[in-house]
Amino acid sequence: MRATQLLQYLLAGIATGSVYAVVAIGFTVVYNATGIINFAQGEFLMLGGMIAISLAPVMPLPAAIAVAVLATGAAGVLLQIVFLSWLKNPAVLRMIIITIGLSILVREAGLHIWDEKVHALPFFSGDETSSLAVLGARISPQVLWVLVISACMVVGLTLFFRSTLLGKAMRACASNPTAARLCGIRASTVVTLSFFLAAAMGALAGCAVSPLTQTQYDMGSSLAVKGFTCAVLGGLGSVPAAVAAGLVVGVLETASVSVLPLAYKDVVALGILLLILVLKPQGLFARRPVAQARAGG
Amino acid sequence: MSRNKLVLCLALATLLTASSFAADTGAIRIGAIFAITGPAANLGLPESRTLQMLVDDANAAGGIGGKKIELFMKDSQGNAEKALSFAKQLVEEQEVLAIIGPSTTGESMKIKSYCDENETILISCAAAETIVNPVAKWVFKTPQMDSFAAQMIFTTMKKLGITRIGAVVSNSGFGQGGKAQLEKLAPANGIDLAITEVYESTATDLTGVLTKIKAENVQAVVNWSVEPAQSLVPKNMKQMGFEVPLFQSHGFGNINYVTMAGKAADGIVFPAGRLLVADALPAGHPQKQLLSAYKKEYETMFKEDVSTFGGHAYDAFLLLTEAVKRAGSADRGKVRDALEGLKGVAGTAGIFSFSPTDHNGLTMDAFEMLTVKNGAFALYRK
Repeated sequence: MRATQLLQYLLAGIATGSVYAVVAIGFTVVYNATGIINFAQGEFLMLGGMIAISLAPVMPLPAAIAVAVLATGAAGVLLQIVFLSWLKNPAVLRMIIITIGLSILVREAGLHIWDEKVHALPFFSGDETSSLAVLGARISPQVLWVLVISACMVVGLTLFFRSTLLGKAMRACASNPTAARLCGIRASTVVTLSFFLAAAMGALAGCAVSPLTQTQYDMGSSLAVKGFTCAVLGGLGSVPAAVAAGLVVGVLETASVSVLPLAYKDVVALGILLLILVLKPQGLFARRPVAQARAGG
Repeated sequence: MSRNKLVLCLALATLLTASSFAADTGAIRIGAIFAITGPAANLGLPESRTLQMLVDDANAAGGIGGKKIELFMKDSQGNAEKALSFAKQLVEEQEVLAIIGPSTTGESMKIKSYCDENETILISCAAAETIVNPVAKWVFKTPQMDSFAAQMIFTTMKKLGITRIGAVVSNSGFGQGGKAQLEKLAPANGIDLAITEVYESTATDLTGVLTKIKAENVQAVVNWSVEPAQSLVPKNMKQMGFEVPLFQSHGFGNINYVTMAGKAADGIVFPAGRLLVADALPAGHPQKQLLSAYKKEYETMFKEDVSTFGGHAYDAFLLLTEAVKRAGSADRGKVRDALEGLKGVAGTAGIFSFSPTDHNGLTMDAFEMLTVKNGAFALYRK
């Protein structure tokens, strides 16, 4: 295989992986604060993309994206307050099932508010045909946008969780809610905030990937499966690891395409997930176990 | 014992009278199963809108032969299991004369034998050859055959001197049908189909597989699907600098896919019915008047561009009502025979002439090769 071709596969893998990575971030944020997997995360991408697409004709693109991010964040808060906050000491499993229900609710709402058609935001720079040459291989500039935006999210979230009081409070709630409450942290507020963050991050991701993947009311579930795979692979809880895992899965999937028929692509991704869960349940990069017994604490 | 028998006979007699009353005095009952939502909604929604529009028009004009039409429309969401349970409901509970739809090949194949066994006319709006080949007595379809589409694509390639190609198809029934036709017809046309890859219908990025196809040094790519991937393939090709002609199937006949692909759609070549270029047809063309009238009414009513898919539902309704008129009754058997005997009826997809061995009724002539020029469909001339 020629070097250019190898590089083209690598870039294709990064393009695919950047989308997975940006979805995985949202899973990680909610898990960090609550210990639950929010299966409505994919729907936040859809909501963010759709709102920005609706607003893009009447305002500049950055403003449309900003409004979409805030509105989706608000929707995340609303969903959390209405459907999750009234539960007293809910079991993790119960909360996960509720998020699955929420994902269906949001998807159907998306269908009725918008329509069944495919939509897309304009490319942030250039258009559908622009491509950047990298040592003879080519890639859409939008992939760089997605990578830059994921990088900003990683840096921003890392600083937030490590250096701010609120961020530390969120981590405290995740590792031991009872102790956190004894320290005067209002756990319910922290959980609500985590849903705002996850929804807002999801919306930003949804806007960034929209020119590449296109946005449709039912895009959430298939993206969520891949994002979830990458979040688990990254050890759930570490944002940089989730992004790295996303890129790894993207590149491995694409590498598999070069030798196997395309139909086996998902087998590769889910095979990796199974292997990791069996052999290294704490994730590729993280130190603490994925299946942390939160209630026991 | 005998009294029980008597009661049974009476009950049966009552039932029979009741059902014959329903058939004689009631409206003409037509069922419809479309993928109005879900991944194939680009097909099902225009189909459902078109059919509802036509039924309303026909009822406003007094119905068919003085009988009103009662329409029972179901949304299968593109799911074959749902399509089958709706078909059973329509046949057993609503006792419909005919079912129009489903939108996709997978669903149509799922209910083909059921409708045939229960002697209910099925006029499918899906494309694959297998729906009418082998012929089932009660099953018809209105879209052009995918073998015609593949042949049209290969003929155009030969004119362009293209001999080595790669193909990507979706894992839907439509994609698999296209794959089978491409593989079957390529050798006879002197085309070397170097590589065929199947992708998930929910795919969001196809750069990887296109890289693999590019490595095969092909002179053209064919994409065969009805999913949004039809807009991803041209975008991904341009972004990775893969500069060979792109051919798509007749599934590309919806302007929304062109809009989504933006500039990357320019130059795509694909076969389609004449509906998309109705205004460019010569004045005397037998389909011109019908196409222009349908296009105008649909676009005024629904504020969206007409697509070939809605046209398939239009044709199904047109052919069914024509058959009811000729049969002079709404008796299933008589209408079926009349339908099979229809010759030279101009519809949106072409001129239909059915026979006992041909339940599609179209010829290769139903297709034109189209291309995309500045974000709009245009006749392809080479």
